[in-house]
Amino acid sequence: MSVHFDQSLDALKQQLITMVSKAARAVDRAVKALLERDDDLARQVIADDTELDELEVAVDELGVNLLSKAPLASDLRLITAAMKFAQNLERVGDEATTIARRAIELGREPQLKPYVDLPRMAQLALAMLHDALDAFIRRDSARAREIVLRDKEVDALNKQLHRELASYMVEKPSTISRCLNLMVISKALERIADHASNLAEEVVYLYEGRDVRHQLKKHTPPPPPPEAGA
Amino acid sequence: MAVPLPSLPSPAPATGADARHPELITFERLSLWYGTAQALKDITFGIRERLVTAFIGPSGCGKSTLLRCLNRLNDLIDSVRLAGTVRLAGQDIYAPEVDVIELRRRVGMVFQRSNPFPKSIYENIAYALRLQGIKRRSELDEVVEKSLRAAALWDEVKDRLHASALGLSGGQQQRLCIARAIAIQPDILLMDEPASALDPIATAKIEDLILDLKRDYTIVIVTHNMQQAARISDYTAFFYLGELIEYDTTAHIFTNPSHKQTEDYVTGRFG
Repeated sequence: MSVHFDQSLDALKQQLITMVSKAARAVDRAVKALLERDDDLARQVIADDTELDELEVAVDELGVNLLSKAPLASDLRLITAAMKFAQNLERVGDEATTIARRAIELGREPQLKPYVDLPRMAQLALAMLHDALDAFIRRDSARAREIVLRDKEVDALNKQLHRELASYMVEKPSTISRCLNLMVISKALERIADHASNLAEEVVYLYEGRDVRHQLKKHTPPPPPPEAGA
Repeated sequence: MAVPLPSLPSPAPATGADARHPELITFERLSLWYGTAQALKDITFGIRERLVTAFIGPSGCGKSTLLRCLNRLNDLIDSVRLAGTVRLAGQDIYAPEVDVIELRRRVGMVFQRSNPFPKSIYENIAYALRLQGIKRRSELDEVVEKSLRAAALWDEVKDRLHASALGLSGGQQQRLCIARAIAIQPDILLMDEPASALDPIATAKIEDLILDLKRDYTIVIVTHNMQQAARISDYTAFFYLGELIEYDTTAHIFTNPSHKQTEDYVTGRFG
């Protein structure tokens, strides 16, 4: 392919890197807004989400433009993977927005209990996002495979937290609205880890040419149930 | 004394793609020299029946030379020397007893530039049939129509069968050449860049035709157009400097080739 084509591929990669960092920042700030009960920060996260929306559109536009030049082999894989990358990252942004909205609602009532599992989930999901980006940049598909497996840890924490919050609601109906908001946040973090896992699967496809979706997780046992505490 | 080539083996039981498409042509350690220059180096692989196989590679890689080994067109060049074996349905086509005329009847060829005879559309097809001894007008009419229909040209020319073939457009002339090639019912159709001189619409018609024809014929196509190979072929062979670098399903070659040279070539980063 031509020099121009290679330059466009580089631009595409650059846009993805920008998207990952913006998505990760949105999640980080949304969780911070929750923990510090900072409504202004939460509103900022919601406002900034349009940047990710615009980047997704830009990546797709560039991707379609590049596909019209009929690329093959690793170029073809890079472009299709990039478009899926962008879609997943835009959704990460949406989940961050959800967390921010619910944080604002939670800020109107006293905090139900100290948050333990939610920051842990956020930390795990963010690490998965960062590592997926790292595997993408370093062309490291072995690392990407390992990220996919980490998703189960976040799933387990989400389930555990849901059970705990359900028992709160049974015992004390006045906590229901707060518990529901926390459940939504927990689910959002679990979805962010899913998206990071999707990114990692795309990295494997990109560098190995093998589609590992719905395969890697099947063959590993779930992690032991985590300690209690939201 | 020329011995007829054996007839095709009966189709294998349909237990999978490979069983439905057994190897019809096999190259075994085939090497070819033009004088002292070696154009093909130790080529070994098999081409499957009733599928489209594309030969790709940069100019001078040997793909057209290999194609021409299949109907022994290289015999026409004095300095050519060949080692190894080419088999068609198990028969060595370079064995001394093989009737080359009969071989070329079974292995039809379509070239880059359409080359109709300066005769009518009808005669372009009827000519080879007459050479085969078919004289009855009704039979000739029938085969001409059948061949033109198979080449997706009938509707465009049925009202002017006796007009000169040279009055047809480039794409129509190429389809006429395909009709002429299939009129004598070959087993194999060789195509050497059959659409490289055509516009995208005429190219699409030729490609559709190739996909229709593979129900009945084994097709081997040389093309410089990677996307064309991706669109129409089932298997792709990549050649470089006379060597077969990679041979695999087309999907594999164009999404995830195993060899770096193939990757570099199909992504246009060669050399």
